[in-house]
Amino acid sequence: MSEVQNIKVTIDNITIEVPQGTSILEAARKIGGDVTPPAMCYYSKLEGSGGKCRTCLVEVSKGSEKDPRPMPKLVASCRTGVMDGMEVKNITSPRVIEARKGVVEMLLINHPLDCPVCDQAGECHLQDLSYEHGTEGTRYEFDRRTFEKEDIGEYISLHMTRCILCYRCVYVADQLTENREHGILERGDHAEISTLLGKNLNNEFIGNVIDVCPVGALTDKTFRFKNRVWFTKPVDAHRDCNNPKCCGKARLWMRGDEVYRVTARKDQWGEVEGWICNECRFHKKSASDWVIEGPTKVDRHSVISQGHYVNTVPQPKIIDKVIGKEPRLLLNIHDVSDVNKPNVHLSEIPGPAHSDDFEKKDDKKLNN
Amino acid sequence: MKLLLEHAHVEGIRYYDAYRKHGGYRSVEKALKMSPDDITEEVKKSGLRGRGGAGFPTGLKWSFLAKPEGVARHLVCNADESEPGTFKDRYLMEFIPHLLVEGLIVSSYALGSNLTYIYIRGEYVWIVDILEQAIAEAKNNGWLGKNIQGSGFDCEIYVQRGAGAYICGEETALIESLEGKRGNPRIKPPFPAVKGVWGRPTVVNNVETLAAVVPIINMGGDEYAKIGVGRSTGTKLLSVCGNVKKPGIYEIDMTQSVEEFIFSDEYCGGIAKGKRLKACIPGGSSVPILPANLLLKTAKGETRYMNYESLADGGFASGSMMGSGGFIVMDEDQCVVRHTMSLAHFYNHESCGQCSPCREGTGWMYKILKNIEYGKGKMSDIDLLWDIQGKIEGNTICPLGDAAAWPVAAAIRHFRDEFEWHVLNPEESQTRNYGLAHYADPLTVVAG
Repeated sequence: MSEVQNIKVTIDNITIEVPQGTSILEAARKIGGDVTPPAMCYYSKLEGSGGKCRTCLVEVSKGSEKDPRPMPKLVASCRTGVMDGMEVKNITSPRVIEARKGVVEMLLINHPLDCPVCDQAGECHLQDLSYEHGTEGTRYEFDRRTFEKEDIGEYISLHMTRCILCYRCVYVADQLTENREHGILERGDHAEISTLLGKNLNNEFIGNVIDVCPVGALTDKTFRFKNRVWFTKPVDAHRDCNNPKCCGKARLWMRGDEVYRVTARKDQWGEVEGWICNECRFHKKSASDWVIEGPTKVDRHSVISQGHYVNTVPQPKIIDKVIGKEPRLLLNIHDVSDVNKPNVHLSEIPGPAHSDDFEKKDDKKLNN
Repeated sequence: MKLLLEHAHVEGIRYYDAYRKHGGYRSVEKALKMSPDDITEEVKKSGLRGRGGAGFPTGLKWSFLAKPEGVARHLVCNADESEPGTFKDRYLMEFIPHLLVEGLIVSSYALGSNLTYIYIRGEYVWIVDILEQAIAEAKNNGWLGKNIQGSGFDCEIYVQRGAGAYICGEETALIESLEGKRGNPRIKPPFPAVKGVWGRPTVVNNVETLAAVVPIINMGGDEYAKIGVGRSTGTKLLSVCGNVKKPGIYEIDMTQSVEEFIFSDEYCGGIAKGKRLKACIPGGSSVPILPANLLLKTAKGETRYMNYESLADGGFASGSMMGSGGFIVMDEDQCVVRHTMSLAHFYNHESCGQCSPCREGTGWMYKILKNIEYGKGKMSDIDLLWDIQGKIEGNTICPLGDAAAWPVAAAIRHFRDEFEWHVLNPEESQTRNYGLAHYADPLTVVAG
């Protein structure tokens, strides 16, 4: 193979050079910030994932330098490769924003929204997605789909009602473990993650399905109902694991000296950096099992950064590049209201202040 | 004009001897003397368009097939005919199976496929036996197997049964299912022409398309292109069902007007029981429904003909599609809301559940339509339905999402007052149908 050539792609008016074969989503992640489309099913570490949830839809307004025709349909950015000179619209396209709202609404109509009792709350991608891209309220008036509860072993708890069928856990089992013991049964809105004849999931790497699950469908039974994630403090730690496939680098979720939960380390896109084995995840729950490196850097916007004022990572500011200028307020309250620069000292007003207590401007001035 | 069904009613045509006596396998003899590229060229010249629904030019599709050195290529016949209202392939395979086998041999030779599959709908249990018998007969007479007729070309045909999923008629889902996996559509690209069955270049064609290759080779591509109108060349099988006097399979050369097709005695023979035409779905359940006035004449007042272009005239605002040829006719006693509900139920049931808009949206639409049909609907539900279908259409991996959205969209677009009547008269709508209203009146021009 010859050397991979860099090609230019423009996403929301920001041009970036990426190697040939990069997907639009990966290119957008290089820019970061708001232009990155959300992804619920795509997982860069899992081959073949993506294309299913449709939250990452973008508009391609120019196909490439050679063939500048726009693509007629919105495309899934996670599975569409960039072309030289391609122009992509994400947050600058009203069509994309509208379609994404639709997808979020569809994802939520059968989701139980039991966040108050869900262990994933606080680090749930669906929560973030609906907060950032959804609409408030729902137009769905019917009973939500439910499933019979199924026991899939002593470590992992499966809540099928919360599942959004991203297929990530199926790919994990396919690509990380020798034998996949669970999969999708049925089809359509009755499709469910299940095991054949109630078998237990007991592969030594199967715990990773908990980390890849974007919602609370697969959660850690050893951490179940023990604590809320935002009360625990994440620290990075490592240990010498005997398992050659285990990277041994983990994140401990502590409160005081107690380790409540062990997960793999995740990057800023919520993706696991290195897989860990079940032994590390479920059995090493004492601080003495680990060499602690220090507190984890937490995204400033994450609810987990609540109460942790150090080591939070601010998001890159790029909105001025997208719209070509700094956003300007249409009406600055400080300029038009006298309340903030009173010519009357507040202490001189008897009782609560009223607009009549301030000197009035004439209407013409206000309009200027 | 009959090309495919010319000998359909000959005694014993299902078996090799009678089929051979009536000129069967002539095209294979002719084709084996030509080069594979010449055959593709003939098919290109014929202007044959895919008969499965999308109407993509077959010759062009064949020429896209990647031909890397040392990698086997496959031809797959899509016999997973599950679209409600479409049953033309069943007829072809049931009565003249050798026509399909013959078409498959010629096409396999043209594409260089030594291993060809027929992926047949699981419910067509008895046709599997018919096809396998035809394949065995062809093999016994030297038309299949090693070194066919001394040409040095080897070909085997296998019949694979599906397990009863509509989605497996989508070509990439069909390939997944053929490989023994869950029938989820793949994300394109890569297209099957590059990476198909077992990761090898693959062409997937409909039964009728492959059968049409036989007359193309027999008469030559140029001659074939003279049949039909404009870009709609050749003959097309239509499966007519619903309230007509003579439902069944018709082969037309696409020059008839829709009016002639429905009302002439040669074809459907008019609406049954002296009723009046209300609406029609001209190309299988996925394509937009048209009210009688827009079906017989286009929005511009021109006569509408039974071909790809004319049926699509006006786009989705006032036209429809030729689709797979499932011609569903509805008379004045039919309820459009009920009909739309049953289609929505079908698509809800058949959605594979892979991508979210289709998985959740189809079920939502069905539930709303069920409410409206059973007198529990609200006015806002109609707008909501319109909004949901717009959020499904075009946002899914495969065309099933579009196919689920289009019938609902068209029903609301053309029959909105019937939906509103259902909402406003919840009790009356349970006991009688809305009837014709103004749909069969002289044409009203619909704004594009």
